[in-house]
Amino acid sequence: MSNSVGIVTAQRATFDTPLQFKSGAVLPRYDLVYETYGTLNADRSNAILICHALSGHHHVAGTYADDTKNVGWWDNMIGPGKPIDTDKFFVIGLNNLGGCHGSTGPSSIDPATGKPYGSSFPIVTVDDWVQAQARLADRLGITQFAAVIGGSLGGMQAMQWSLTYPERVRHVLAIATAPNLTTENIAFNDVARNAILTDPDFHGGDFYQHGVVPTRGLRLARMLGHITYLSDDAMAGKFGRGLRSGEYKFGYDIEFEVESYLRYQGDKFAAYFDANTYLLMTKALDYFDPARHTEHNLAHAFAPIKANYLVVSFSSDWRFSPDRSRELVKALLHNRRNVSYAEIQSRHGHDSFLMQDEQYFAVMRNYLNNVAKETA
Amino acid sequence: MNISIVQARPDFAAIAAWIPQGATVLDLGCGDGALLDYLKNTRQVRGYGVEIDDQNILRCIERGVNVIQGNLDEGLSGFENSAFDFVILSQTLQATRHTEALMKEILRVGREGIVSFPNFGYWKNRMQVLLGNMPVSRELPYQWYDTPNVHLCTLDDFENLCAHQNIRILGRHVITAGKDVQVMPNLRGSVAVYRFKRAD
Repeated sequence: MSNSVGIVTAQRATFDTPLQFKSGAVLPRYDLVYETYGTLNADRSNAILICHALSGHHHVAGTYADDTKNVGWWDNMIGPGKPIDTDKFFVIGLNNLGGCHGSTGPSSIDPATGKPYGSSFPIVTVDDWVQAQARLADRLGITQFAAVIGGSLGGMQAMQWSLTYPERVRHVLAIATAPNLTTENIAFNDVARNAILTDPDFHGGDFYQHGVVPTRGLRLARMLGHITYLSDDAMAGKFGRGLRSGEYKFGYDIEFEVESYLRYQGDKFAAYFDANTYLLMTKALDYFDPARHTEHNLAHAFAPIKANYLVVSFSSDWRFSPDRSRELVKALLHNRRNVSYAEIQSRHGHDSFLMQDEQYFAVMRNYLNNVAKETA
Repeated sequence: MNISIVQARPDFAAIAAWIPQGATVLDLGCGDGALLDYLKNTRQVRGYGVEIDDQNILRCIERGVNVIQGNLDEGLSGFENSAFDFVILSQTLQATRHTEALMKEILRVGREGIVSFPNFGYWKNRMQVLLGNMPVSRELPYQWYDTPNVHLCTLDDFENLCAHQNIRILGRHVITAGKDVQVMPNLRGSVAVYRFKRAD
Protein backbone atom coordinates (compact mmCIF):
# COMPACT_ATOMS: atom_id res chain seq x y z
CA MET A 1 0.00 0.00 0.00
CA SER A 2 2.89 2.33 -0.81
CA ASN A 3 0.59 4.57 -2.84
CA SER A 4 -2.11 4.86 -0.19
CA VAL A 5 -2.85 8.08 1.62
CA GLY A 6 -2.32 5.92 4.71
CA ILE A 7 -4.01 6.47 8.05
CA VAL A 8 -6.70 9.12 7.90
CA THR A 9 -8.94 10.75 10.48
CA ALA A 10 -12.51 11.86 9.95
CA GLN A 11 -13.28 15.42 10.99
CA ARG A 12 -16.49 17.08 11.96
CA ALA A 13 -17.70 20.58 11.11
CA THR A 14 -20.70 22.00 12.93
CA PHE A 15 -22.81 24.69 11.27
CA ASP A 16 -25.12 26.89 13.28
CA THR A 17 -26.48 28.91 10.36
CA PRO A 18 -29.87 27.48 9.37
CA LEU A 19 -29.97 25.79 5.97
CA GLN A 20 -33.09 26.27 3.90
CA PHE A 21 -33.87 23.23 1.76
CA LYS A 22 -35.46 23.30 -1.71
CA SER A 23 -38.54 21.74 -0.13
CA GLY A 24 -38.90 24.80 2.09
CA ALA A 25 -37.84 22.93 5.24
CA VAL A 26 -35.14 24.47 7.40
CA LEU A 27 -32.42 22.66 9.32
CA PRO A 28 -31.36 25.05 12.12
CA ARG A 29 -27.99 23.42 12.71
CA TYR A 30 -26.16 20.43 11.33
CA ASP A 31 -22.88 18.56 11.25
CA LEU A 32 -20.89 17.43 8.25
CA VAL A 33 -18.19 14.81 8.64
CA TYR A 34 -15.37 14.89 6.15
CA GLU A 35 -11.84 13.75 5.44
CA THR A 36 -9.02 15.48 3.63
CA TYR A 37 -5.96 14.08 1.89
CA GLY A 38 -2.93 15.93 0.57
CA THR A 39 -2.00 19.54 1.30
CA LEU A 40 -3.81 22.73 0.39
CA ASN A 41 -1.32 24.92 -1.46
CA ALA A 42 -0.52 28.51 -0.55
CA ASP A 43 -3.02 30.12 -2.94
CA ARG A 44 -5.64 27.49 -2.10
CA SER A 45 -6.04 26.57 -5.76
CA ASN A 46 -5.49 22.81 -5.66
CA ALA A 47 -8.60 21.61 -3.83
CA ILE A 48 -10.71 18.79 -5.24
CA LEU A 49 -14.11 17.87 -3.87
CA ILE A 50 -15.27 14.26 -4.17
CA CYS A 51 -19.06 13.87 -4.16
CA HIS A 52 -20.37 10.48 -3.18
CA ALA A 53 -23.14 8.42 -4.72
CA LEU A 54 -26.08 6.63 -3.13
CA SER A 55 -24.33 4.51 -0.54
CA GLY A 56 -21.06 6.43 -0.28
CA HIS A 57 -19.64 8.64 2.44
CA HIS A 58 -16.67 10.74 3.53
CA HIS A 59 -14.20 7.86 3.85
CA VAL A 60 -12.96 8.02 0.29
CA ALA A 61 -9.33 6.95 0.65
CA GLY A 62 -6.89 5.49 3.16
CA THR A 63 -7.63 3.52 6.29
CA TYR A 64 -8.22 4.20 9.98
CA ALA A 65 -5.63 3.59 12.71
CA ASP A 66 -8.15 1.56 14.73
CA ASP A 67 -9.71 -0.15 11.71
CA THR A 68 -7.03 -0.82 9.11
CA LYS A 69 -9.31 -3.04 7.01
CA ASN A 70 -11.73 -0.15 6.46
CA VAL A 71 -10.34 1.15 3.15
CA GLY A 72 -11.94 4.23 1.55
CA TRP A 73 -14.47 3.52 -1.21
CA TRP A 74 -12.38 5.17 -3.96
CA ASP A 75 -8.95 4.27 -2.65
CA ASN A 76 -7.95 2.82 -6.04
CA MET A 77 -8.42 6.27 -7.61
CA ILE A 78 -7.09 8.59 -4.90
CA GLY A 79 -3.63 8.65 -3.37
CA PRO A 80 -0.01 9.62 -4.00
CA GLY A 81 0.73 8.95 -7.67
CA LYS A 82 -2.83 7.78 -8.38
CA PRO A 83 -5.10 9.46 -10.97
CA ILE A 84 -6.45 11.84 -8.31
CA ASP A 85 -2.96 12.51 -7.03
CA THR A 86 -2.75 13.59 -3.41
CA ASP A 87 0.84 14.75 -4.00
CA LYS A 88 -0.66 17.46 -6.21
CA PHE A 89 -4.17 17.99 -4.92
CA PHE A 90 -5.89 18.65 -1.64
CA VAL A 91 -8.77 16.20 -1.76
CA ILE A 92 -11.93 16.49 0.32
CA GLY A 93 -14.49 13.75 0.85
CA LEU A 94 -17.63 14.38 2.90
CA ASN A 95 -20.75 12.61 3.99
CA ASN A 96 -23.79 14.39 2.64
CA LEU A 97 -26.65 15.72 4.71
CA GLY A 98 -29.21 13.00 5.28
CA GLY A 99 -26.45 10.41 5.31
CA CYS A 100 -25.85 7.77 7.93
CA HIS A 101 -22.11 7.96 8.40
CA GLY A 102 -21.82 10.86 10.81
CA SER A 103 -23.28 13.88 9.05
CA THR A 104 -26.66 15.02 10.26
CA GLY A 105 -29.31 12.67 8.93
CA PRO A 106 -32.52 10.88 9.85
CA SER A 107 -30.76 8.67 12.41
CA SER A 108 -29.16 11.69 14.16
CA ILE A 109 -30.66 13.08 17.33
CA ASP A 110 -32.81 16.15 16.74
CA PRO A 111 -31.73 18.57 19.50
CA ALA A 112 -35.25 20.00 19.55
CA THR A 113 -36.82 16.70 20.61
CA GLY A 114 -33.95 14.63 21.93
CA LYS A 115 -35.03 11.85 19.56
CA PRO A 116 -33.80 10.76 16.14
CA TYR A 117 -35.15 12.90 13.30
CA GLY A 118 -36.64 9.86 11.58
CA SER A 119 -39.64 10.82 9.50
CA SER A 120 -39.20 14.52 10.31
CA PHE A 121 -35.90 14.81 8.44
CA PRO A 122 -36.56 16.90 5.33
CA ILE A 123 -36.28 15.52 1.82
CA VAL A 124 -32.87 16.59 0.53
CA THR A 125 -32.06 17.52 -3.05
CA VAL A 126 -28.81 17.71 -4.95
CA ASP A 127 -29.05 21.54 -4.72
CA ASP A 128 -29.30 21.32 -0.94
CA TRP A 129 -26.22 19.15 -0.75
CA VAL A 130 -24.26 21.59 -2.87
CA GLN A 131 -25.32 24.44 -0.57
CA ALA A 132 -24.06 22.49 2.42
CA GLN A 133 -20.85 21.51 0.62
CA ALA A 134 -20.22 25.15 -0.25
CA ARG A 135 -20.44 26.07 3.41
CA LEU A 136 -17.87 23.39 4.19
CA ALA A 137 -15.66 24.82 1.42
CA ASP A 138 -16.03 28.28 3.00
CA ARG A 139 -15.06 26.84 6.34
CA LEU A 140 -11.93 25.30 4.81
CA GLY A 141 -11.06 28.57 3.06
CA ILE A 142 -11.61 27.28 -0.45
CA THR A 143 -13.20 29.85 -2.73
CA GLN A 144 -12.69 27.87 -5.93
CA PHE A 145 -12.21 24.16 -6.50
CA ALA A 146 -9.68 22.96 -9.04
CA ALA A 147 -12.19 20.21 -9.69
CA VAL A 148 -15.40 18.72 -8.36
CA ILE A 149 -15.56 15.02 -9.12
CA GLY A 150 -18.34 12.49 -8.78
CA GLY A 151 -19.81 9.32 -10.22
CA SER A 152 -23.51 8.59 -10.59
CA LEU A 153 -25.41 10.68 -8.00
CA GLY A 154 -22.01 12.21 -7.20
CA GLY A 155 -21.74 13.36 -10.81
CA MET A 156 -25.06 15.14 -10.43
CA GLN A 157 -23.64 17.09 -7.48
CA ALA A 158 -20.54 17.95 -9.49
CA MET A 159 -22.78 19.25 -12.30
CA GLN A 160 -24.88 21.20 -9.81
CA TRP A 161 -21.75 22.89 -8.48
CA SER A 162 -21.00 24.30 -11.91
CA LEU A 163 -24.60 25.54 -12.17
CA THR A 164 -25.03 27.01 -8.69
CA TYR A 165 -21.47 28.31 -8.30
CA PRO A 166 -20.04 28.80 -11.81
CA GLU A 167 -17.12 30.81 -10.42
CA ARG A 168 -16.23 28.30 -7.76
CA VAL A 169 -15.32 25.28 -9.90
CA ARG A 170 -12.76 25.17 -12.71
CA HIS A 171 -13.30 21.56 -13.76
CA VAL A 172 -16.13 19.09 -13.42
CA LEU A 173 -15.43 15.39 -13.81
CA ALA A 174 -18.85 13.85 -14.36
CA ILE A 175 -18.59 10.07 -14.38
CA ALA A 176 -21.28 7.50 -15.16
CA THR A 177 -23.96 10.09 -14.62
CA ALA A 178 -26.91 11.72 -16.40
CA PRO A 179 -28.73 15.07 -16.65
CA ASN A 180 -31.71 13.38 -14.97
CA LEU A 181 -32.97 9.90 -14.24
CA THR A 182 -34.79 7.92 -16.91
CA THR A 183 -38.33 6.78 -16.23
CA GLU A 184 -37.05 3.26 -15.75
CA ASN A 185 -34.58 4.44 -13.13
CA ILE A 186 -37.29 6.26 -11.21
CA ALA A 187 -39.36 3.09 -11.39
CA PHE A 188 -36.52 1.02 -9.95
CA ASN A 189 -36.11 3.56 -7.16
CA ASP A 190 -39.79 3.43 -6.38
CA VAL A 191 -39.73 -0.36 -6.05
CA ALA A 192 -36.74 -0.03 -3.71
CA ARG A 193 -38.55 2.61 -1.66
CA ASN A 194 -41.69 0.52 -1.51
CA ALA A 195 -39.72 -2.41 -0.16
CA ILE A 196 -38.67 -0.17 2.75
CA LEU A 197 -41.92 1.76 3.18
CA THR A 198 -44.02 -1.43 3.40
CA ASP A 199 -41.72 -3.20 5.85
CA PRO A 200 -43.75 -3.45 9.12
CA ASP A 201 -40.57 -2.54 10.99
CA PHE A 202 -40.31 0.79 9.19
CA HIS A 203 -42.92 2.50 11.40
CA GLY A 204 -43.34 5.41 9.04
CA GLY A 205 -39.63 6.20 9.36
CA ASP A 206 -39.58 6.33 13.18
CA PHE A 207 -38.39 2.78 13.74
CA TYR A 208 -35.55 3.95 15.99
CA GLN A 209 -37.89 4.47 18.94
CA HIS A 210 -39.27 0.97 18.44
CA GLY A 211 -35.85 -0.61 18.71
CA VAL A 212 -36.20 -2.27 15.32
CA VAL A 213 -34.72 -1.84 11.84
CA PRO A 214 -36.62 -2.44 8.57
CA THR A 215 -34.01 -4.96 7.54
CA ARG A 216 -36.21 -6.88 5.12
CA GLY A 217 -37.14 -3.80 3.13
CA LEU A 218 -33.62 -2.45 3.11
CA ARG A 219 -32.07 -5.69 1.93
CA LEU A 220 -34.67 -6.06 -0.82
CA ALA A 221 -33.96 -2.50 -1.92
CA ARG A 222 -30.26 -3.23 -2.01
CA MET A 223 -30.69 -6.53 -3.86
CA LEU A 224 -32.73 -4.82 -6.54
CA GLY A 225 -30.28 -1.94 -6.76
CA HIS A 226 -27.33 -4.27 -6.95
CA ILE A 227 -28.79 -6.11 -9.94
CA THR A 228 -29.16 -2.86 -11.80
CA TYR A 229 -25.62 -1.74 -11.01
CA LEU A 230 -24.21 -4.80 -12.74
CA SER A 231 -24.71 -5.96 -16.31
CA ASP A 232 -26.27 -9.16 -17.58
CA ASP A 233 -22.88 -10.00 -19.02
CA ALA A 234 -21.02 -9.40 -15.76
CA MET A 235 -23.52 -11.43 -13.73
CA ALA A 236 -23.42 -14.28 -16.23
CA GLY A 237 -19.64 -14.22 -16.13
CA LYS A 238 -19.49 -14.16 -12.36
CA PHE A 239 -22.24 -16.61 -11.44
CA GLY A 240 -23.67 -18.14 -14.58
CA ARG A 241 -26.37 -20.63 -13.65
CA GLY A 242 -24.12 -22.14 -11.03
CA LEU A 243 -25.85 -24.05 -8.24
CA ARG A 244 -24.41 -24.15 -4.76
CA SER A 245 -25.10 -27.85 -4.28
CA GLY A 246 -24.88 -28.77 -7.91
CA GLU A 247 -28.47 -30.00 -8.02
CA TYR A 248 -32.03 -28.63 -7.97
CA LYS A 249 -33.55 -28.84 -4.48
CA PHE A 250 -37.12 -28.01 -5.53
CA GLY A 251 -37.52 -25.39 -2.83
CA TYR A 252 -37.07 -21.67 -2.14
CA ASP A 253 -33.82 -21.72 -0.25
CA ILE A 254 -30.68 -20.34 -1.79
CA GLU A 255 -29.81 -22.54 -4.75
CA PHE A 256 -28.26 -20.45 -7.49
CA GLU A 257 -24.94 -18.75 -6.78
CA VAL A 258 -26.41 -15.40 -7.79
CA GLU A 259 -29.09 -15.76 -5.09
CA SER A 260 -26.43 -16.41 -2.51
CA TYR A 261 -24.48 -13.39 -3.64
CA LEU A 262 -27.45 -11.03 -3.67
CA ARG A 263 -28.71 -12.10 -0.27
CA TYR A 264 -25.24 -11.70 1.17
CA GLN A 265 -24.95 -8.22 -0.32
CA GLY A 266 -28.44 -7.35 0.95
CA ASP A 267 -27.71 -8.56 4.48
CA LYS A 268 -24.37 -6.80 4.61
CA PHE A 269 -25.90 -3.52 3.49
CA ALA A 270 -28.94 -3.74 5.76
CA ALA A 271 -26.64 -4.25 8.74
CA TYR A 272 -25.03 -0.83 8.46
CA PHE A 273 -27.09 1.42 6.20
CA ASP A 274 -30.01 3.55 7.37
CA ALA A 275 -33.37 2.93 5.68
CA ASN A 276 -34.37 6.60 5.79
CA THR A 277 -31.07 7.61 4.20
CA TYR A 278 -31.72 5.13 1.40
CA LEU A 279 -35.12 6.72 0.80
CA LEU A 280 -33.64 10.22 0.78
CA MET A 281 -30.84 9.31 -1.61
CA THR A 282 -33.17 7.72 -4.14
CA LYS A 283 -35.47 10.72 -3.96
CA ALA A 284 -32.56 13.11 -4.57
CA LEU A 285 -31.72 11.06 -7.65
CA ASP A 286 -35.31 11.20 -8.90
CA TYR A 287 -35.63 14.95 -8.38
CA PHE A 288 -32.38 16.02 -10.02
CA ASP A 289 -33.27 17.65 -13.32
CA PRO A 290 -31.55 20.96 -14.12
CA ALA A 291 -33.57 21.31 -17.33
CA ARG A 292 -36.86 21.22 -15.45
CA HIS A 293 -36.95 25.02 -15.34
CA THR A 294 -35.85 25.55 -18.94
CA GLU A 295 -38.67 23.67 -20.64
CA HIS A 296 -36.53 20.53 -20.64
CA ASN A 297 -33.89 22.19 -22.74
CA LEU A 298 -30.61 21.08 -21.19
CA ALA A 299 -28.52 23.37 -23.36
CA HIS A 300 -30.36 26.37 -21.95
CA ALA A 301 -30.15 24.99 -18.43
CA PHE A 302 -26.38 24.71 -18.83
CA ALA A 303 -25.95 28.33 -19.90
CA PRO A 304 -24.51 29.48 -16.54
CA ILE A 305 -21.74 26.87 -16.59
CA LYS A 306 -18.19 28.16 -16.83
CA ALA A 307 -16.32 25.01 -15.80
CA ASN A 308 -14.43 22.75 -18.16
CA TYR A 309 -15.84 19.23 -18.25
CA LEU A 310 -14.55 15.72 -18.50
CA VAL A 311 -17.46 13.34 -19.08
CA VAL A 312 -16.88 9.59 -18.74
CA SER A 313 -19.32 6.76 -19.39
CA PHE A 314 -19.11 2.97 -19.49
CA SER A 315 -20.34 0.84 -22.37
CA SER A 316 -22.22 -1.72 -20.24
CA ASP A 317 -23.81 0.82 -17.86
CA TRP A 318 -27.53 0.61 -18.57
CA ARG A 319 -28.65 2.71 -15.60
CA PHE A 320 -26.57 5.70 -16.66
CA SER A 321 -25.93 4.78 -20.25
CA PRO A 322 -23.40 6.41 -22.58
CA ASP A 323 -26.34 8.06 -24.39
CA ARG A 324 -27.12 10.04 -21.25
CA SER A 325 -23.53 11.24 -21.01
CA ARG A 326 -23.67 12.30 -24.66
CA GLU A 327 -26.65 14.51 -23.74
CA LEU A 328 -24.40 16.31 -21.28
CA VAL A 329 -21.70 16.69 -23.92
CA LYS A 330 -24.17 18.07 -26.44
CA ALA A 331 -25.50 20.66 -23.99
CA LEU A 332 -21.95 21.70 -23.07
CA LEU A 333 -21.00 21.99 -26.75
CA HIS A 334 -24.02 24.18 -27.32
CA ASN A 335 -22.60 26.54 -24.71
CA ARG A 336 -19.09 26.27 -26.18
CA ARG A 337 -17.64 24.91 -22.96
CA ASN A 338 -14.42 22.95 -23.03
CA VAL A 339 -15.46 19.32 -22.84
CA SER A 340 -13.87 15.95 -23.41
CA TYR A 341 -15.78 12.70 -23.42
CA ALA A 342 -14.47 9.18 -22.99
CA GLU A 343 -16.58 6.07 -23.39
CA ILE A 344 -14.88 3.23 -21.56
CA GLN A 345 -15.38 -0.33 -22.78
CA SER A 346 -16.28 -2.18 -19.62
CA ARG A 347 -18.33 -5.23 -18.67
CA HIS A 348 -19.14 -4.21 -15.14
CA GLY A 349 -22.24 -2.08 -15.69
CA HIS A 350 -22.83 1.01 -13.56
CA ASP A 351 -20.37 -0.26 -10.94
CA SER A 352 -17.58 0.20 -13.50
CA PHE A 353 -16.96 3.70 -12.21
CA LEU A 354 -15.66 2.25 -8.94
CA MET A 355 -13.44 -0.35 -10.56
CA GLN A 356 -9.86 -0.26 -11.68
CA ASP A 357 -9.64 -0.05 -15.46
CA GLU A 358 -6.55 0.90 -17.41
CA GLN A 359 -8.19 3.20 -19.94
CA TYR A 360 -10.53 4.82 -17.40
CA PHE A 361 -7.69 5.53 -15.00
CA ALA A 362 -5.43 6.83 -17.78
CA VAL A 363 -8.19 9.22 -18.94
CA MET A 364 -8.59 10.53 -15.38
CA ARG A 365 -4.84 10.78 -14.85
CA ASN A 366 -4.16 12.61 -18.11
CA TYR A 367 -6.99 15.05 -17.57
CA LEU A 368 -6.04 15.81 -13.97
CA ASN A 369 -2.36 16.21 -14.86
CA ASN A 370 -3.39 19.24 -16.89
CA VAL A 371 -5.62 20.49 -14.08
CA ALA A 372 -2.61 20.22 -11.76
CA LYS A 373 -0.48 22.29 -14.14
CA GLU A 374 -2.94 25.19 -13.74
CA THR A 375 -2.50 25.11 -9.98
CA ALA A 376 1.29 24.80 -9.94
CA MET B 1 7.03 22.00 -32.57
CA ASN B 2 4.43 23.48 -34.92
CA ILE B 3 6.83 23.51 -37.81
CA SER B 4 7.60 19.82 -37.48
CA ILE B 5 3.89 19.01 -37.42
CA VAL B 6 3.33 20.90 -40.64
CA GLN B 7 6.32 19.20 -42.23
CA ALA B 8 4.97 15.81 -41.25
CA ARG B 9 1.46 16.65 -42.42
CA PRO B 10 1.55 19.16 -45.30
CA ASP B 11 -2.26 19.17 -45.45
CA PHE B 12 -2.29 20.79 -41.98
CA ALA B 13 -0.76 24.01 -43.31
CA ALA B 14 -3.28 24.14 -46.15
CA ILE B 15 -6.14 23.56 -43.72
CA ALA B 16 -4.86 26.14 -41.24
CA ALA B 17 -4.53 28.75 -44.01
CA TRP B 18 -8.31 28.64 -44.47
CA ILE B 19 -9.20 28.92 -40.78
CA PRO B 20 -9.63 32.48 -39.46
CA GLN B 21 -8.63 33.49 -35.95
CA GLY B 22 -11.02 32.38 -33.24
CA ALA B 23 -13.13 30.12 -35.44
CA THR B 24 -15.05 27.18 -34.01
CA VAL B 25 -13.76 23.92 -35.41
CA LEU B 26 -14.82 20.30 -35.26
CA ASP B 27 -12.10 17.87 -36.34
CA LEU B 28 -13.57 14.50 -37.27
CA GLY B 29 -11.19 11.62 -36.77
CA CYS B 30 -8.81 13.96 -34.99
CA GLY B 31 -6.25 11.27 -34.18
CA ASP B 32 -3.83 12.36 -31.48
CA GLY B 33 -5.12 15.94 -31.63
CA ALA B 34 -2.07 17.38 -33.43
CA LEU B 35 -4.10 19.47 -35.90
CA LEU B 36 -6.39 20.88 -33.21
CA ASP B 37 -3.39 21.65 -31.05
CA TYR B 38 -1.79 23.42 -34.02
CA LEU B 39 -4.97 25.38 -34.78
CA LYS B 40 -5.39 26.28 -31.11
CA ASN B 41 -1.83 27.65 -30.98
CA THR B 42 -1.77 29.40 -34.36
CA ARG B 43 -5.44 30.38 -34.86
CA GLN B 44 -6.82 30.47 -31.29
CA VAL B 45 -9.70 28.32 -32.45
CA ARG B 46 -12.31 26.84 -30.13
CA GLY B 47 -11.86 23.28 -31.27
CA TYR B 48 -13.24 19.84 -30.59
CA GLY B 49 -12.15 16.51 -31.97
CA VAL B 50 -14.07 13.32 -32.57
CA GLU B 51 -12.07 10.15 -32.25
CA ILE B 52 -12.81 6.47 -31.76
CA ASP B 53 -9.45 5.06 -30.70
CA ASP B 54 -8.69 4.75 -26.98
CA GLN B 55 -4.99 5.58 -27.32
CA ASN B 56 -5.74 8.68 -29.36
CA ILE B 57 -8.30 9.78 -26.75
CA LEU B 58 -5.56 9.61 -24.14
CA ARG B 59 -3.16 11.59 -26.33
CA CYS B 60 -5.74 14.33 -26.96
CA ILE B 61 -6.62 14.64 -23.27
CA GLU B 62 -2.92 14.66 -22.42
CA ARG B 63 -2.26 17.62 -24.71
CA GLY B 64 -5.33 19.45 -23.47
CA VAL B 65 -7.34 19.17 -26.68
CA ASN B 66 -11.13 18.74 -26.36
CA VAL B 67 -11.99 15.30 -27.68
CA ILE B 68 -15.26 13.42 -27.88
CA GLN B 69 -15.09 9.67 -28.20
CA GLY B 70 -17.38 8.39 -30.90
CA ASN B 71 -17.76 6.53 -34.16
CA LEU B 72 -18.10 8.71 -37.26
CA ASP B 73 -19.96 5.92 -38.99
CA GLU B 74 -22.74 6.38 -36.47
CA GLY B 75 -23.25 9.94 -37.74
CA LEU B 76 -22.96 13.29 -36.01
CA SER B 77 -26.23 13.21 -34.08
CA GLY B 78 -24.37 14.51 -31.02
CA PHE B 79 -23.86 17.85 -32.77
CA GLU B 80 -26.40 20.56 -33.47
CA ASN B 81 -27.07 22.15 -36.87
CA SER B 82 -24.51 24.79 -37.88
CA ALA B 83 -22.73 24.37 -34.55
CA PHE B 84 -19.28 25.02 -36.03
CA ASP B 85 -17.67 27.42 -38.47
CA PHE B 86 -15.61 24.56 -39.91
CA VAL B 87 -15.89 20.80 -39.83
CA ILE B 88 -12.61 19.15 -40.80
CA LEU B 89 -12.10 15.62 -41.97
CA SER B 90 -8.37 15.21 -42.48
CA GLN B 91 -7.08 11.96 -43.99
CA THR B 92 -10.15 10.14 -42.71
CA LEU B 93 -12.70 10.34 -45.56
CA GLN B 94 -11.30 7.22 -47.19
CA ALA B 95 -11.72 5.24 -43.96
CA THR B 96 -15.38 6.10 -43.39
CA ARG B 97 -18.05 3.54 -44.23
CA HIS B 98 -20.97 5.85 -44.94
CA THR B 99 -18.99 8.49 -46.79
CA GLU B 100 -21.88 10.08 -48.66
CA ALA B 101 -23.99 10.41 -45.51
CA LEU B 102 -21.02 11.82 -43.63
CA MET B 103 -20.49 14.54 -46.26
CA LYS B 104 -24.09 15.63 -45.70
CA GLU B 105 -23.57 15.57 -41.94
CA ILE B 106 -20.43 17.70 -42.24
CA LEU B 107 -22.45 20.44 -43.91
CA ARG B 108 -25.34 20.10 -41.50
CA VAL B 109 -23.06 20.61 -38.49
CA GLY B 110 -20.59 23.03 -40.07
CA ARG B 111 -21.05 26.15 -42.14
CA GLU B 112 -18.09 24.97 -44.20
CA GLY B 113 -16.32 21.66 -44.61
CA ILE B 114 -12.64 20.94 -45.13
CA VAL B 115 -11.60 17.51 -46.27
CA SER B 116 -8.17 16.10 -47.05
CA PHE B 117 -7.48 12.66 -48.48
CA PRO B 118 -4.82 10.69 -50.34
CA ASN B 119 -5.37 10.94 -54.10
CA PHE B 120 -5.80 7.44 -55.43
CA GLY B 121 -5.29 8.89 -58.91
CA TYR B 122 -1.72 9.95 -58.11
CA TRP B 123 0.50 8.53 -60.82
CA LYS B 124 2.59 6.46 -58.39
CA ASN B 125 -0.58 4.76 -57.19
CA ARG B 126 -1.69 4.19 -60.77
CA MET B 127 1.70 2.70 -61.55
CA GLN B 128 1.50 0.23 -58.71
CA VAL B 129 -1.94 -0.89 -59.85
CA LEU B 130 -0.67 -1.08 -63.44
CA LEU B 131 2.19 -3.27 -62.24
CA GLY B 132 -0.32 -5.52 -60.56
CA ASN B 133 -0.43 -4.50 -56.90
CA MET B 134 -2.56 -2.33 -54.66
CA PRO B 135 -0.66 0.87 -53.90
CA VAL B 136 1.41 1.16 -50.73
CA SER B 137 3.03 4.53 -50.03
CA ARG B 138 3.61 7.14 -47.36
CA GLU B 139 0.05 8.40 -47.85
CA LEU B 140 -1.35 4.88 -48.14
CA PRO B 141 0.81 2.95 -45.70
CA TYR B 142 -1.32 -0.21 -45.55
CA GLN B 143 -1.48 -3.57 -47.23
CA TRP B 144 -4.79 -4.35 -48.94
CA TYR B 145 -5.66 -6.85 -46.20
CA ASP B 146 -5.12 -4.57 -43.21
CA THR B 147 -6.12 -1.19 -44.59
CA PRO B 148 -8.82 0.86 -42.85
CA ASN B 149 -9.33 2.62 -46.20
CA VAL B 150 -12.57 1.36 -47.68
CA HIS B 151 -13.49 4.38 -49.81
CA LEU B 152 -10.43 5.54 -51.70
CA CYS B 153 -11.04 8.07 -54.45
CA THR B 154 -9.37 10.39 -56.90
CA LEU B 155 -9.74 14.17 -57.12
CA ASP B 156 -12.17 13.73 -59.98
CA ASP B 157 -14.20 11.23 -58.01
CA PHE B 158 -14.47 13.58 -55.03
CA GLU B 159 -15.48 16.50 -57.22
CA ASN B 160 -18.15 14.33 -58.85
CA LEU B 161 -19.52 13.46 -55.41
CA CYS B 162 -19.67 17.18 -54.55
CA ALA B 163 -21.53 17.95 -57.79
CA HIS B 164 -23.89 15.06 -57.08
CA GLN B 165 -24.56 16.33 -53.54
CA ASN B 166 -25.00 19.94 -54.61
CA ILE B 167 -21.85 20.97 -52.73
CA ARG B 168 -19.92 24.03 -53.87
CA ILE B 169 -16.13 23.72 -53.76
CA LEU B 170 -14.62 26.96 -52.43
CA GLY B 171 -10.96 26.04 -52.59
CA ARG B 172 -8.55 23.25 -53.35
CA HIS B 173 -4.92 22.53 -52.52
CA VAL B 174 -3.16 19.63 -54.17
CA ILE B 175 0.13 18.66 -52.60
CA THR B 176 2.98 16.35 -53.47
CA ALA B 177 6.01 16.07 -51.19
CA GLY B 178 4.99 19.28 -49.43
CA LYS B 179 4.72 21.32 -52.65
CA ASP B 180 1.61 22.70 -54.35
CA VAL B 181 0.68 20.98 -57.59
CA GLN B 182 -0.97 23.14 -60.27
CA VAL B 183 -0.61 21.12 -63.45
CA MET B 184 -2.57 17.89 -63.91
CA PRO B 185 -3.37 17.60 -60.19
CA ASN B 186 -5.42 14.40 -60.54
CA LEU B 187 -2.32 12.67 -61.85
CA ARG B 188 0.47 14.52 -60.09
CA GLY B 189 -1.02 15.24 -56.65
CA SER B 190 -0.56 12.80 -53.78
CA VAL B 191 -2.78 14.58 -51.24
CA ALA B 192 -5.78 16.82 -51.84
CA VAL B 193 -7.40 19.34 -49.48
CA TYR B 194 -10.83 20.77 -50.31
CA ARG B 195 -12.86 23.53 -48.75
CA PHE B 196 -16.57 23.47 -49.54
CA LYS B 197 -20.07 24.52 -48.50
CA ARG B 198 -23.66 23.88 -49.44
CA ALA B 199 -24.59 25.39 -52.78
CA ASP B 200 -27.61 27.62 -52.16
